[in-house]
Amino acid sequence: MAYIADKPTPPPSADELRARIPGWGADVDPKDRPAFPRERRDLDSGAHWNFPDRQPEIVPRERSIEHKFVTPVFGTAQPLAGLSGAIRRYAYARFSEGRAAHWLLLLAGDRVDAMESHARSLLTLHPDNPVTETGILSEFRRHPIRSRFGRNRADLSHTWLDPILVAGPWLLGGWVAVKVLRRLRGPR
Amino acid sequence: MKAMVYRGPYKVRVEEKPMPKIEHPNDAIVRVSLAAICGSDLHLYHGLMTDLRIGHTFGHEFIGVVEEVGSSVRNLKRGDKVMVPFNIYCGSCFFCARGLYSNCHNVNANATAVGGIYGYSHTAGGYDGAQAEYVRVPFADVGPSVIPDWLADEDALMLTDAYSTGYFGAQLGDIVQGDTVVVFGAGPVGLAAAQSSWLMGAGRVLVVDHLDYRLEKARTMAHAETLNFVEYDDIVVELKKQTDYIGADVAIDAVGAEADGNLLQHITGSKLKLQGGSPIALNWAIDSVRKGGTVSVMGAYGPIFSAVKFGDAVNKGLTLRMNQAPVKRQWPRLFEHIQNGYIKPSDMITHRIPLEHIAEGYHMFSSKLDDCIKTVVVPNAA
Ligand SMILES: NC(=O)c1ccc[n+]([C@@H]2O[C@H](COP(=O)([O-])OP(=O)(O)OC[C@H]3O[C@@H](n4cnc5c(N)ncnc54)[C@H](O)[C@@H]3O)[C@@H](O)[C@H]2O)c1
Ligand SMILES: [Zn+2]
Ligand SMILES: [Zn+2]
Repeated sequence: MAYIADKPTPPPSADELRARIPGWGADVDPKDRPAFPRERRDLDSGAHWNFPDRQPEIVPRERSIEHKFVTPVFGTAQPLAGLSGAIRRYAYARFSEGRAAHWLLLLAGDRVDAMESHARSLLTLHPDNPVTETGILSEFRRHPIRSRFGRNRADLSHTWLDPILVAGPWLLGGWVAVKVLRRLRGPR
Repeated sequence: MKAMVYRGPYKVRVEEKPMPKIEHPNDAIVRVSLAAICGSDLHLYHGLMTDLRIGHTFGHEFIGVVEEVGSSVRNLKRGDKVMVPFNIYCGSCFFCARGLYSNCHNVNANATAVGGIYGYSHTAGGYDGAQAEYVRVPFADVGPSVIPDWLADEDALMLTDAYSTGYFGAQLGDIVQGDTVVVFGAGPVGLAAAQSSWLMGAGRVLVVDHLDYRLEKARTMAHAETLNFVEYDDIVVELKKQTDYIGADVAIDAVGAEADGNLLQHITGSKLKLQGGSPIALNWAIDSVRKGGTVSVMGAYGPIFSAVKFGDAVNKGLTLRMNQAPVKRQWPRLFEHIQNGYIKPSDMITHRIPLEHIAEGYHMFSSKLDDCIKTVVVPNAA
């Protein structure tokens, strides 16, 4: 018990563990552990510069205001665009990472981006298809019943929420569109 | 080229995208031969990570072949077969100079708190990832390593994140010989952490999850004792009973932001995004570890606040340790362990799919169908 000085059930002996578990104790000496000590100056990272060359900033790049300047290397995957871009740009320019507003605005930007992008995709030859994009059609190949039921899974209590989270915005969007169209066509 | 792209929460598809270009003299372009889907990708897939832009390509676990190198690259050439750590880092900033490779200051303009990660939103730097035919690899002289001849491709792939992360997580536990270690989560990271705990000299290793097929893997692959938390009224009390009411010496959170087991926490943290993730497993770790013990957090959480039981951590005098794993530091030692036959990281792989089936791959892994633990994605161009 915790109420006396030693563990009442001592751990198995080293010999016993070594016999049962491949490699048991190989790293028992902290000096053999590559993450120890956490900070050290003797590693060769492969860098052959004091400060890296600067990647050309072709499109103006948003940055955290906790940075002195745009980092010498940065990602260019999806530059800011549209209303979501404006929200994100404001989040970066106005609030540090220490402010909840920074992150909440970025989350809002993500939702607006999703709406903008879905709407834009409808005007292309490759519109969003919620059926194929959710991978739901694969269910039948992947044992939907056996994988879920009779197995004590804790997540079944909220699985019903997923379709609502995915389809909800679409249904809401459709409903709003119908309302707007009706309004535009005027009272009959 | 073909690439997986994000189309909004729970929605992904394959699109034709322009080939990545050399944007910096130390860049390389790598043709991806194998990529994997990580538990971290689920946080993106569910829309939990911030500044995740539509059109983003995920994928931070990959190996491939060097296609092209920038003008200042010395250590790699076209045709080299490389494994690439999930961290993007410069090797020379204040943090890299001290070995904190996952905390580089020169690669993420969007956030000082976060390092650079392939395909992990703009909050992780805005780099497209490797669930694609080709990927831009910044600092080619720093991150990638040529894959040794004797190392199997799928083992190399598992070392680019999942296995190295679990190994790192066990080290952060500061395990001493004979310690009792409890690992929350029997996903790839938890399995690797459990197996690695033995290497550090643990006397007992217990793994907690609610998916029996994963607990089965924890018994066979990681030789652990297992507990399905659904079978107990209160898993914390059960863990106390099993440790003579002392508690475990070390607890490892290998679950992160989407933990189950408490509906209120899960829905507010994971579904409604009112918290930076649901800290159920983290709170269980805090409650079930012994006074003076260490909690190692490998699970990922979002940047806003979560309802963590900090008071208990203070009162118990816990040491809390955590980080994104500095992957490449782990490799030389893990190579030895593989060569000695102590570990086989690819044992956790359950599925292999072509890139075209990416939507199915995400749905299956997210919904934990077909006994899925780890999925490998094979792009065509390979
Ligand atoms: N720190 C890093 O460098 C790093 C690297 C890779 C992954 N991660 C993070 O590690 C975590 C695990 O990754 P993974 O690939 O193994 O993911 P995974 O989704 O495959 O595994 C998570 C496991 O946790 C289980 N789980 C859910 N709630 C639980 C609870 N309350 N108690 C115990 N188990 C519970 C799930 O059933 C699942 O088996 C993720 O949060 C991921 O983002 C961190
Ligand atoms: Zn990962
Ligand atoms: Zn750096």
